[in-house]
Amino acid sequence: MSQVSLRRLAKRFGSFTAVDDVDLDVREGELVALLGPSGCGKTTTLRMIAGFIAASGGRILIGDQDVTDLPPYRRNTGMVFQGYALFPHMTVNQNVAFGLEMRKVPRAEIGPRVAEALRLVQLDHLGERMPRQLSGGQQQRVALARALVIRPEVFLLDEPLSNLDAKLRLTVRVEIRQLQQALGLTTVFVTHDQEEALTLADRLVVMSQGKVQQIGTPTELYERPANHFVADFIGRSNFLAGTVSAPGRFRSRGGLDIAFADDGAGPRGEGVLAIRPEKASLEAGTDAGTGANRFPGTVVFVTYLGAATEVRVRLASGEEVTVTRHNATPLDDPRHAAGDLAPGNPVTVVWPPAAGLLLAPPPA
Amino acid sequence: MTIDIARHWRRWALHAVVVLVYLFILTPVIFIGWISFFSNEIIAFPPDGYTLRWFSNVWEQRVFARGFVMSLQVAFISMLIGVSLGTLAAIAIVRYRFPGRDTLNMLLLSPLIVPGIVAGTALYIFYIQIDNYLEWRLQATLEGLVLAHVMLTIPWTVRLVSASLVGIDRSVEDAAMNLGANRWTTFRRVTFPMMRAGLVAAALFSFITSFENLELSLLLVGPGRTTLPIAILQYLEFKVDPTIAAVSLIQIVLIGVLMLITDRFVKLSRVV
Repeated sequence: MSQVSLRRLAKRFGSFTAVDDVDLDVREGELVALLGPSGCGKTTTLRMIAGFIAASGGRILIGDQDVTDLPPYRRNTGMVFQGYALFPHMTVNQNVAFGLEMRKVPRAEIGPRVAEALRLVQLDHLGERMPRQLSGGQQQRVALARALVIRPEVFLLDEPLSNLDAKLRLTVRVEIRQLQQALGLTTVFVTHDQEEALTLADRLVVMSQGKVQQIGTPTELYERPANHFVADFIGRSNFLAGTVSAPGRFRSRGGLDIAFADDGAGPRGEGVLAIRPEKASLEAGTDAGTGANRFPGTVVFVTYLGAATEVRVRLASGEEVTVTRHNATPLDDPRHAAGDLAPGNPVTVVWPPAAGLLLAPPPA
Repeated sequence: MTIDIARHWRRWALHAVVVLVYLFILTPVIFIGWISFFSNEIIAFPPDGYTLRWFSNVWEQRVFARGFVMSLQVAFISMLIGVSLGTLAAIAIVRYRFPGRDTLNMLLLSPLIVPGIVAGTALYIFYIQIDNYLEWRLQATLEGLVLAHVMLTIPWTVRLVSASLVGIDRSVEDAAMNLGANRWTTFRRVTFPMMRAGLVAAALFSFITSFENLELSLLLVGPGRTTLPIAILQYLEFKVDPTIAAVSLIQIVLIGVLMLITDRFVKLSRVV
């Protein structure tokens, strides 16, 4: 059963379309991340679910109720805002109790529920503090407790980690995921940080210019991006433009004859072949060797990243590709990646046909 | 070492400037306070002795007591009306986009720019015209004076309340609505408490502006219906003795106490 359903949801501001016919079903207990560059419509979509922005078209269903025309205070959603949005003139306890008071929960019940919610975020000892006396991370937890205590049907998070420093972000990220799973909360999470989205979400919705580009699990999105935008936005890719010369064969503009796993789904004629940098490998020298997709070239640039080394190679065709090597071997091992890699060195770039993914060329 | 000395001297110079500025501001006040206790009727330095006679004279001169009550009434009523109207205007200006918004903002601030005596004359003529055509007497009445002072208090309210409204994070109101508060409850429980400091400051400044106003009121009062500053001016016209200093001191202390009380509820330094 789906807990939140968006049916052709749209938002237009004058002639500008911020959200363009979005269809989405969030299942009960599922965490779905809306991901995209700024201005892609993800926050507008979230604010429409919460009811702060009226939809220009389409319907929003929560549970089996159509909430499209309900004001925010009649929808049972719990939202965590980017800047936390705590009530500055109320104590932590009063902040958390607010939603319960609005729901006319009996006084005797409010105290224990507030305490329980604060215990959940490990802040039960700070109930009497004012928000300004708390650190950013603590304020964030109060915001979480305040949204959770009302037992919302949907939990909404608007870039909740962006105001925290990098270390804290990782901790809070894990905590949010644990809470969400422990309480089985149906959650919609907005972020522009793909790492955050990939690690947190059951499914991701990649948006661009108001449109849904792809909906899928992190693996689906990474391994089988639906289009050039997703392949480019999620992780990194080498893109080689060219044409499909025969089933399973791709001829790049520079003249490379590349074998790829052709499932017949990709476009015919003009296309782009996407190859993830870590799915290609490097061999020293330019021996032709045997096997598919072996292309000689010269190292242009080496970036040492610690766990991996990124190598930019100019192929004989003039095209450049980036290859990531994992530094799995110790430094003194002759097979260590950094050993034979310096600009100017001859190398051969190799990738299996299955590593190449045929996509339609990006819109000009 | 040299840097330390340089820093020491810089700090010392800064303190000296601060003290001088304070002296410049406070000297007249200190002198008024001092003079109000002089025993000489004609002010002379140094005084022959000290007395409290001038304070009892203030009480005996009924014009001061009556002026004081009048000023208090006018200031209080003008403050209530001005703050209510100014707050509504500030909400409209900060929260909504409509044609003529900038013009309205300028218009509401303009009483600060027009010299009081000019505005007073204009109002005087206007009141006479209203009386002529509508037979509604405003000149030399409490209503007329209050209306004029409301005009004076509105710019303060609009400024101060706008400033506190601009500082409110809208997502805090969104959060309240998300938690189930309707628009009115959100205003009452969240927006209003957050703009309270601005409101209190606006009320205080409105009250003070009205209470001590002289120029605007000059033409709008009548015999026996005079505000305290005008009573002081009229007394000065034929007599200069320390009574004036005593009245002024009372007024200064009153406003000072008002500010101190306000400051206990709202830190004025955070608002103004």
